[in-house]
Amino acid sequence: MRERLVLVGNGMAGVRTLEELLKLAPDRYDITVFGAEPHPNYNRILLSPVLSGEKTPEEIVLNGRDWYESHGITLHTGAPVTTLDRARRRVVAADGTEAGYDRLLLATGSRPVRLPIPGSDLDGVVTFRDIADVESMVAASAKGRRAAVIGGGLLGLEAAHGLRERGMEVTVVHLADHLMERQLDAEAGGMLQQSMAERGIAFELSAKTEAVLGEEAVSGIRLADGRTLEADLVVMAAGIQPEKSLAEASGLHCERGVVVGDTMQTFDPRVYAVGECVQHRGATYGLVAPLFEQAKVAANHLAELGSGRYEGSVTSTKLKVSGIDLFSAGDFEGDEDTESMVLHDAASGIYKKLVVRDNRIEGAVLFGDTIDGSWYFELLRDGTDISDMRDQLLFGQAHVGDAGHGEGGRVAVMADETEICGCNGVCKGDITKAITEKGLFTLDEVRAHTKASASCGSCTGLVESLLAFTVGEGYDETPRKKAVCGCTDYSHDEVRAAIRDHALKSIPEVMHFLEWKNEDGCTKCRPALNYYLLCEWPGEYADDPASRFINERAHANIQKDGTYSVVPRIWGGVTSPAELRAIAEVAEKYEVPTVKFTGGQRIDLLGVTKEDLPHVWADLNAAGFVSGHAYGKAVRTVKTCVGQEWCRFGVQDSTNLGIELEHMAWGAWTPHKVKLAVSGCPRNCAESTIKDLGVVAVESGWELHVAGNGGTKVRAADFLTRVDTAEEVKEYTAAFLQLYREQAHYLERTAHWVERVGLAAVRERVVDDAETRRALADRFAHSQGYAQNDPWRAHAESGDQRSYIPIKEVTA
Amino acid sequence: MSESQWMEIGALADIPPRGARVVRTELGDIAVFRAADDAVFALDDRCPHQGGPLSQGMVLGHRVACPLHNWQIELGSGEAVAPDEGCTRRHPVRVEDGRVYLAPDTGGAAEAARSVETES
Ligand SMILES: Cc1cc2nc3c(=O)[nH]c(=O)nc-3n(C[C@H](O)[C@H](O)[C@H](O)COP(=O)(O)OP(=O)(O)OC[C@H]3O[C@@H](n4cnc5c(N)ncnc54)[C@H](O)[C@@H]3O)c2cc1C
Ligand code: SF4
Ligand code: SF4
Ligand code: FES
Repeated sequence: MRERLVLVGNGMAGVRTLEELLKLAPDRYDITVFGAEPHPNYNRILLSPVLSGEKTPEEIVLNGRDWYESHGITLHTGAPVTTLDRARRRVVAADGTEAGYDRLLLATGSRPVRLPIPGSDLDGVVTFRDIADVESMVAASAKGRRAAVIGGGLLGLEAAHGLRERGMEVTVVHLADHLMERQLDAEAGGMLQQSMAERGIAFELSAKTEAVLGEEAVSGIRLADGRTLEADLVVMAAGIQPEKSLAEASGLHCERGVVVGDTMQTFDPRVYAVGECVQHRGATYGLVAPLFEQAKVAANHLAELGSGRYEGSVTSTKLKVSGIDLFSAGDFEGDEDTESMVLHDAASGIYKKLVVRDNRIEGAVLFGDTIDGSWYFELLRDGTDISDMRDQLLFGQAHVGDAGHGEGGRVAVMADETEICGCNGVCKGDITKAITEKGLFTLDEVRAHTKASASCGSCTGLVESLLAFTVGEGYDETPRKKAVCGCTDYSHDEVRAAIRDHALKSIPEVMHFLEWKNEDGCTKCRPALNYYLLCEWPGEYADDPASRFINERAHANIQKDGTYSVVPRIWGGVTSPAELRAIAEVAEKYEVPTVKFTGGQRIDLLGVTKEDLPHVWADLNAAGFVSGHAYGKAVRTVKTCVGQEWCRFGVQDSTNLGIELEHMAWGAWTPHKVKLAVSGCPRNCAESTIKDLGVVAVESGWELHVAGNGGTKVRAADFLTRVDTAEEVKEYTAAFLQLYREQAHYLERTAHWVERVGLAAVRERVVDDAETRRALADRFAHSQGYAQNDPWRAHAESGDQRSYIPIKEVTA
Repeated sequence: MSESQWMEIGALADIPPRGARVVRTELGDIAVFRAADDAVFALDDRCPHQGGPLSQGMVLGHRVACPLHNWQIELGSGEAVAPDEGCTRRHPVRVEDGRVYLAPDTGGAAEAARSVETES
């Protein structure tokens, strides 16, 4: 029997923990969730835009009820847990529902503080914490005219803004002498107040609310100085307290919150806690970033991987009032040992302050221009020594470091010999020299002149910042809409749409219709067009070899000495003595200098001359091999582990499924190379989670992961879904591949494509909507009907082998 | 000056449009290109960059893109398109009655194939 996990608190931290857990160990627990609110899990942060009317409650749902269902989670909503019996290991909810647990996760969040003043329980006094609160504020704004918000912190200001947007007259009453005093210094607080006053919000600062007035419903508030303010609605946003009552009543050790260690375990080893309700190393948190870090650690331990530790977080704050840019992090006040760097431009409403101790940033407050917030935050967290960029620091990253790729400030302090582009071996000095000597202004120009960032592109950020750093103001940022290449102004999506909508069926037709600027195109657009046409009109469009790179024309990889490498397809990586013998014979016969295993479990014959290619292919064909497409933007390999048949851990026949997948998918042309893998258990020996599509067997079926890759920049795959049968794996795989074929830009790996369109959009078509999935899979199968011709056989058998041999040999 | 001797190397139809074929000589391979408009060019089959086989590149108008690192070479002059700098040796070539004739330039060998500094 599976262990039982009960989650109390259906909020942001608790459900995030479940999500992380399901990724790691989807089948470990029978999960039951109790939530006090009547809703499934939603994004609490976005209550502010719901209040202001920018979003609807439906739009902020994070996990709908179907999510719980599809993961086999029992959900009780509107069911606050009232009893936690740790001796019997069970919980009881207010409605009498009970559940026993082997592990318990507490994520009860916080409770908004109601000030202990007369009248605080009158009708019309609300807090700002959940959907119900927002609903009552919206209702009140429809009836009443005036609102008083008690508290000038983040929540109070967002509430004031929302109510103002709903047409109320709003006054914010705040105890301190400036707004958001926990995040802002007086200067920035004053600027914030002015901006909000311009939106029609009134303020009473250094003002203490003494009582809420009214008989049944509220009519106003009275301040300590005796003045009264009329109000039909009073919002108390005076702080939050960790919701620890359930834990405390059960005898768990609590201080300000439920006390946990670095593994998010409470003093009862069966009970974990995450979120705002916990106290960790003396600190409590009220922002999601640290809670999500906690969730990861808790999930790791619930999955019994036992490797994560939570060590506390440094947090930063932004205010979500549209049009007001505000950022704060760390210690923004400083003391006698710190120095402050300040830039204050009152005319344009910009204020920046950095608190520096021993050449390291300790705190930052930005108002009006927060673009560099995340950069300063990074410098702060990493404790970066800023002495070399001091004088530039306040002007922002564009003047100093790279453009937001986390290597803040690096380029500025780099030596000229430092290599920037690893692919093309280009140093900083080469780039700055090219920029200054040749007067370059754009990324494309730098790429053209130096090749820096022209390959894998992972150094693009560094190159852009070098450019920004070197030319300063004149730097042209890469435009948002990217044309396919210099031959046209149209983007990839526009070109594809034109091909489809106007039934364009050849490269010249496309170029003519879209008024290509270069008659013959270039090495970027021709292969792209060839692919788009092939994908759109399977069976109809005749491939144009002249628009393919040599590898795809010669069906082999050109090597640096002009010879080729030949990789026969070995289905699922499973071979036989006879096949190996055949390969060995070919290698000897054609004196292949190097025979090597590839990373995808295939055998690579390196150093074959072009003239020998058709003969090598013919011999391999005779032994039953077809092309492995190791050279193409195509489906490459399906890597497998030995799985159930041999491995003592295997729970499914991964090898066979891999072979079947490869038979289904081979030969497909794709926007970029595509690699698949199938592992027979979560130990994942086939490395499925760094593949474009990876399958991992679990006891009850198969998990599908997508959009991973190895290569220059490793990206772990995203969990797509879990399915029951091998047939389903095939259907989902076909649908995913087809969606990628139809949507991705040419030369865009699945990782980049999924990042661009969003995993949710992929899930919607491949997972949630069975009809769309089937239609995609059908289109894939249809196109495979034309694609699965072995190009080697075609070339080896065709009488015309002119392109492999010299047109003439001249001897003197 | 080197001796040029015209020789017939084959039919124009033997060269794929927007493609190339190689003439193998003792002094190295010569790539004979056929552009989309049937204009014919001949260059050493060596890219001025790192010696990539230009005959295997993509023909774009009257240029070829080297298959190794995508330098663009003018078919007419053998010169690399800016920003790249370098030059590859040309050979006289012409078409008559659908037959292609080549006069391999045998002089200067290595030196001529080296890069030529262009003004910038
Ligand atoms: C209006 C607003 C704006 C915010 N803006 C930001 C922002 O911009 N950035 C940011 O980082 N953070 C912001 N936050 C804070 C963020 O929403 C919280 O930090 C986060 O939601 C806390 O997650 P949690 O799971 O600990 O608690 P919650 O999300 O509150 O979840 C706890 C859940 O447990 C339930 N519960 C409590 N007791 C029981 C019980 N006994 N039985 C069953 N269920 C129980 C509660 O009803 C609640 O649904 C904002 C919060 C609010 C209210
Ligand atoms: S992934 Fe699992 S089944 Fe496959 S070889 Fe590894 S341990 Fe065995
Ligand atoms: S095979 Fe890949 S990793 Fe190895 S040198 Fe070539 S590009 Fe680099
Ligand atoms: S060898 Fe031709 S571009 Fe490098």
